[in-house]
Amino acid sequence: MSESILQTRNLTKEFSGFTAVSDVNLSVERGHIHALIGPNGAGKTTVFNLLTKFLPPTTGTILFNGRDITHMAPADIADHGIVRSFQISAVFPNMTVLENVRVALQRKLGMAYAFWRSDKILSRLNDQAMALLDSVGLSRFADNITVELAYGRKRALEIATTLALDPELMLLDEPTQGMGAEDVGMTTELIRKVGQERTILMVEHNLSVVSTLADRITVLQRGAVLAEGTYAEVSANAEVMEAYLGVEHV
Amino acid sequence: MNRIAWITVIVLGLLAPFAVYPVLMMELLCFALFACAFNLLLGYSGLLSFGHAAFFGGAAYICGYAVTAWHLGPLQGILIGTAFAGGLGLVFGVLAIRRQGIYFAMITLALAQIIFFLCLKMPFTGGEDGLQGVPRGMLFGFIDLNKPLNMYYTVFAIFMICFWLIWRAVNSPFGQVLSAIRENEARAISLGYSVERIKLLAFVLSATLAGTAGATKSIVFQTASLTDVSWHTSGEVILMTLVGGMGTLLGPVVGAFTIVGLQHELSSIGSWVTVIIGLTFIVCVLVFRRGMVGELTRLWKRSF
Ligand SMILES: Nc1ncnc2c1ncn2[C@@H]1O[C@H](COP(=O)(O)OP(=O)(O)OP(=O)(O)O)[C@@H](O)[C@H]1O
Ligand SMILES: [Mg+2]
Repeated sequence: MSESILQTRNLTKEFSGFTAVSDVNLSVERGHIHALIGPNGAGKTTVFNLLTKFLPPTTGTILFNGRDITHMAPADIADHGIVRSFQISAVFPNMTVLENVRVALQRKLGMAYAFWRSDKILSRLNDQAMALLDSVGLSRFADNITVELAYGRKRALEIATTLALDPELMLLDEPTQGMGAEDVGMTTELIRKVGQERTILMVEHNLSVVSTLADRITVLQRGAVLAEGTYAEVSANAEVMEAYLGVEHV
Repeated sequence: MNRIAWITVIVLGLLAPFAVYPVLMMELLCFALFACAFNLLLGYSGLLSFGHAAFFGGAAYICGYAVTAWHLGPLQGILIGTAFAGGLGLVFGVLAIRRQGIYFAMITLALAQIIFFLCLKMPFTGGEDGLQGVPRGMLFGFIDLNKPLNMYYTVFAIFMICFWLIWRAVNSPFGQVLSAIRENEARAISLGYSVERIKLLAFVLSATLAGTAGATKSIVFQTASLTDVSWHTSGEVILMTLVGGMGTLLGPVVGAFTIVGLQHELSSIGSWVTVIIGLTFIVCVLVFRRGMVGELTRLWKRSF
């Protein structure tokens, strides 16, 4: 039996009467790349916000490594090994590309409050930051101001920044959204590589990305789980075809 | 700032009292320090406080009272005023830091109005008159601060130490996290930073140094008055910071010199000063969107 790293039980989120996430029981297996798919407004991002505590659930529990994390603070989630990315690119635009990664690496130095020390001390993290940038093909942009990067590269930088914390579980919200075909291929490769050493839960609209990467897929529709299984199983499901794949393949 | 910039600032500061009245210079420096402290919050943390007069004026009262009633030396008085402002900053910060934008500004304003009211009503503050005749005293027991140059160089030393501290904080590991939070708060949280606590530290540092400025001013001018704690003063420091350029180290200094300088030069024309300062502000906001220093640095960078 393989163990699950993340489990939700009856997870529900209501926004003033409207149920965005409804009774979701999700189980992500350790080492898997697990995809969460579904039409627009299905509640995928809301599930991410619940898992990372950016929103409190209305009811339900979240277990990470068997431990109840339902009431944890969002900043503490990272220390327990869950780091997320965002649907709209989340970089620090006016910092350099290197600084973006370094500010994540800085976490483990525990000097977030050290206002009396020189920031030169952070340069000891530069090698590590460069190595991370290298792994996503951004090392030659290290000294650029991030806002100047092309969109696809910003998304790659986000992944590098997330990797800097070496999370056990990485949550990626539409990592290839808005990318050209070439960048999509590169990012897919990158996620595959990264996924060899950790668990990934990703929201993704691009079904060819999902079919190449995902070990397991959960389909959400109107906040509820519609189907779950491998790509072959899910894509053979008539309900899914109708609700989601059908729409995509017109 | 590089070495040349530091040396220039120090040399200018050392020579200044031979070109400008020391009293005016000291007023300029006190407000420049106040604006720099404020900028640590507005420019580097992205928080707009509308209650900074409480720290500035509150420290002025405490320092003035301590040296008058308890016969403490000026340095001890300034330290006590500073510590008071820091403690007050902690209280304000804890109450306000969870709020965003305009709500944050409103809460700081409301709390500062309470301090104003206390300064008006408490028995030891001198009511409408404020504290008068605060003694300047002897620094370290032997430097007579009643001599203008002694007083000036003391103020200049305090200014430089605090200015250096702000520069250090901005260019520290803490400063890096602070700019990350300002740039993208949600991302900083997801990386595991306790955003509220980091902002709170920025708030307390800013309040503390605003207190140093106010306490120093009460020694220089030998008074602490209701003006120091009024919302006008909170507004003025915002003005100084915006005119000079928030988020730049020297911007608040330039802004404070501009505003206080204008008030001084134009004091003979009475209430028109307010109008002229208002116009200056409008022109600055329209023409130099990043403030004077902000625009200059941008031009400088572009020309390379
Ligand atoms: N903070 C909120 N307050 C009210 N309603 C919300 C909130 N966040 C999301 N919703 C609603 O919940 C539903 C699910 O939104 P969510 O963003 O989770 O969808 P999604 O599956 O991520 O969609 P997309 O594919 O477009 O990103 C939507 O109808 C949305 O309008
Ligand atoms: Mg979404």
